[in-house]
Amino acid sequence: MKADPAGVLTGAHYLDGDFACGEGAMAAGCRFVAGYPITPSTEVVERISRRFPTMGGTFIQMEDELASMAAVVGGSWTGTKSMTVTSGPGFSLMMENIGLAAMMETPCVVVNVQRGGPSTGLPTMVGQADMMQARWGSHGDYEVIALSPQSPQEAFDLTVEAFNLSEIYRVPVMFMMDECVGHMTERVVIPEADEIEVVPRRLTEQSKEEFLPYRLNGHLVPEFARAGDGYRFHTTGLTHDERGYPLMSADCQEACVHRLVDKIRGAGDDLTHIEEDGTDDAEVVVISYGITARVARMAITMARERGVPTGSVRLIVVWPFPERVITELAGRVAGFVVPELNYGQISLEVERLAAGRCPVWHVGHGGGTVHDPEAILEKILEAAKVAA
Amino acid sequence: MNPDLVRDPLPIPEHPVTPYLRMERIPHVWCPGCGIGTVVKCFASALERTGVDLEKVSVVSGIGCSGRTAGYLRLDGFHTTHGRAIPFATGLKLGRPELLVSVVSGDGDLVGIGGNHFIHAARRNLDLLVILINNFIYGMTGGQNAPTTPLMARSSTMPFGNFEPPFNLPHLAASSGAPYVARWTCLHIRRLTWAIEEAIQRKGFRFIEVIAPCPTLYSRLNKLGTGLSGMRFYHDKAEIRHGADTREVAIGFQEPIICGKFVDEERPTFNELMDSHYGKVLGEKYVPMPAEGGYLHG
Ligand SMILES: Cc1ncc(C[n+]2csc(CCOP(=O)(O)OP(=O)(O)O)c2C)c(N)n1
Ligand code: SF4
Ligand SMILES: [Mg+2]
Repeated sequence: MKADPAGVLTGAHYLDGDFACGEGAMAAGCRFVAGYPITPSTEVVERISRRFPTMGGTFIQMEDELASMAAVVGGSWTGTKSMTVTSGPGFSLMMENIGLAAMMETPCVVVNVQRGGPSTGLPTMVGQADMMQARWGSHGDYEVIALSPQSPQEAFDLTVEAFNLSEIYRVPVMFMMDECVGHMTERVVIPEADEIEVVPRRLTEQSKEEFLPYRLNGHLVPEFARAGDGYRFHTTGLTHDERGYPLMSADCQEACVHRLVDKIRGAGDDLTHIEEDGTDDAEVVVISYGITARVARMAITMARERGVPTGSVRLIVVWPFPERVITELAGRVAGFVVPELNYGQISLEVERLAAGRCPVWHVGHGGGTVHDPEAILEKILEAAKVAA
Repeated sequence: MNPDLVRDPLPIPEHPVTPYLRMERIPHVWCPGCGIGTVVKCFASALERTGVDLEKVSVVSGIGCSGRTAGYLRLDGFHTTHGRAIPFATGLKLGRPELLVSVVSGDGDLVGIGGNHFIHAARRNLDLLVILINNFIYGMTGGQNAPTTPLMARSSTMPFGNFEPPFNLPHLAASSGAPYVARWTCLHIRRLTWAIEEAIQRKGFRFIEVIAPCPTLYSRLNKLGTGLSGMRFYHDKAEIRHGADTREVAIGFQEPIICGKFVDEERPTFNELMDSHYGKVLGEKYVPMPAEGGYLHG
C-alpha cells in the first residue's frame, strides 16, 4: 500500500542522516517511538518528537534503553509500527528485549547510529564495530535483518525498507547507521506519498475461534493479531507451541526456534540487497558498507588507475549476508579487501565464505575517523601482487 | 450394589470465572498453598463484576511464579522479560490508547530488576493497573533475597537472616505519584476483588500490592508452616487502616500487615496531559494517536 501523506515530507531537502532516518520512519508509517537520548543518534528522535504530534504519532522518552526496547515490542503488538533509536551503549542495554522481539516475532526497527566503542568509547566519533552485535547480540539462536546506509538519502530510503522488511518477516530490523552518515548533511529527495510503497501489518483473517498466533498458514511467517482485536491470544518469550503457550521440550524448541532461523536463512536471494560495480572482470573485490563504502570508492578508483581490475560489492542489507554472491566471487577473484571501522567483523564472514579459495585482507582500525583511502589502496595492490 | 441406590452424580456447576481462564492450561504451575492463584481468581472476578469489554483488556507479566499470571487469563496476554512488564505495557497503552492495560507480576520483577520502570511509570501517571504479588522472596529461582524481604527473614541468599532494609511499596508508589494505592492479602478475597474492581474503573497508575504466601520457599525457609498457616497469620495480624499514612505501612518480619486503600486521588494521566498540552500549544495542528492505534493497521 501507499504511504500516509501525513508522514511524508515530500520535496528536496538538505538533511543530515539522522533527520533523514526520522523522516524515513514517519514516511514508512511508524507512529510509536520510544527512546533514550544518546549521541550521535539523538537527532533522530528530536526530529520525530517535533513532527509526530501533527500526524497521530506518539514519542516517549523512556527511563533507559531497556524500557525503550520493551515499550517498542509492546507498541508493535498493537499494530502501530514502532521503532527505537540508540548508539552502542544503549544498543547493549536493548539486547534482551531484541531477543524478546525475535522470539515473539514482533516487527520493529532498531536504529543504531554507531560510534567508537567498547563501553562509552568515542561518543561523538564514528565506528562500525557493532555489526556482529547486531546479529548475535541477544542470547540464543535467532536471525535478524540489518541494513547499512551510506548517505542521508539512503538513511531515508532504507529506513522505509527496514520497516517493510520487519513487517514481511516479523523480525526486529537493525538499522546500522554510523556517526558520519548520521551527521553528514546532503540533499535528500523525499518522493510523493503515493510513490512510497509501504508494507502493512499482515493481519489474520481467520476467525477468533480458529486463530492460533503461531500456526503457519502456507507461509513461514505466521499471521498477526493485534492486542485489542478480540483474539485474546497469548504470547511469551518462553519456547512456545503454535498456541503461543509455553512448552518446555526439545521437540518444541526445535519447531519454534528452527523456524525463527529458517524464515530468514531460507529467504536467500529475496533478502540480498547489494550494489555491485565492476565485479565481472575484477581481480580484487572490495567489500564495504556504510560510510566506509564511500571512502573505499576513492581507493578503488586509484587502483583502477594503476591498472588493477578492482570491483566493489557494497552491502546494503548486511544481515543476512549475501552468501551466494560472495561464494561465487570467491571462486574467480584473486582476493577480497574488506575495509571497516573495527578490528575484523564482516571480514570474518567473508573469510568463512571464501573458505580458503582466495585470501581476504581486512583493513580496519578502532574508529574515530574514516579510513585513509591509501590504506585501502595498499591492500588492493598487495592482493593484486599476490595474485600476479 | 443395589442399582436403586446409585444416583447420577450431582452436576458440578461451572466455576464462575472459568470463562476468564485458559482452562486448557490447567493444572497450573503453582505449588499447593501458593497465593498467586487467589490473585488470579480475584482479578477474574473483578473483570466479571465490572463487565468491561474483555476484548480490550491486555494483561502483561514479567518473569517469575507471579509472572505466569498472564498465561492463565483468557485475555490478550503478554509474558515478557524479567522486570520489563511495565515498559512493555507502556507500549501497548500508547500504541492503542483505548486498551485497558494491566500488569500482574512479582515483587522481584516489578520493584527489584524493574524498579526504575515502576517509579517512572508512577511519576508519569501512565494509565496502567499494576498488581504486584509480594511473597517477600524470589520464588521462581528458589527463594533468594528480594527488595521486599523483611529484615531478619531468611532467604536462600541471606541464610543468616536479611540485613538489607526492604522497600515499603505503598509509600514508594505514593511518593512516586501513583493516584491509587492499596494493599490486601490473599486472605482478603472479597476486599481484594473490590479493590481491583474499583481500580479498573479509575485511571492512571493504579497500584495494588497483594501479600501472598509462598509456602514452598519463604515459609519453609522461615519455618512458618504451610500455606494455611500463612492465611492464619494474615487473619491474626492483618489490620485494615484505610487512608493510613503510607510512611507507616512498612512490613516487618511477622509483624502486623497494614491493609486498606491508602491513596485514591484524581490526577491527569500521561495521555490526558499529552492531549491537553499539545492541544493548547499546537491547536488545530495536533493530531492525537487514534484510539484504535497508529496508521496502517489494516
Ligand atoms: C534478566 C534476568 N535475570 C534473572 C532471571 C531469573 N529470574 C527468574 S524469575 C526471578 C525472580 C522472580 O521473583 P518475583 O518477581 O518476586 O516472582 P515470584 O517468583 O516470587 O513470584 C529471577 C531472578 C531472569 N529470568 N532474567
Ligand atoms: S515457589 Fe512459592 S511463589 Fe512459586 S509457585 Fe511455589 S509457592 Fe508459589
Ligand atoms: Mg516474589
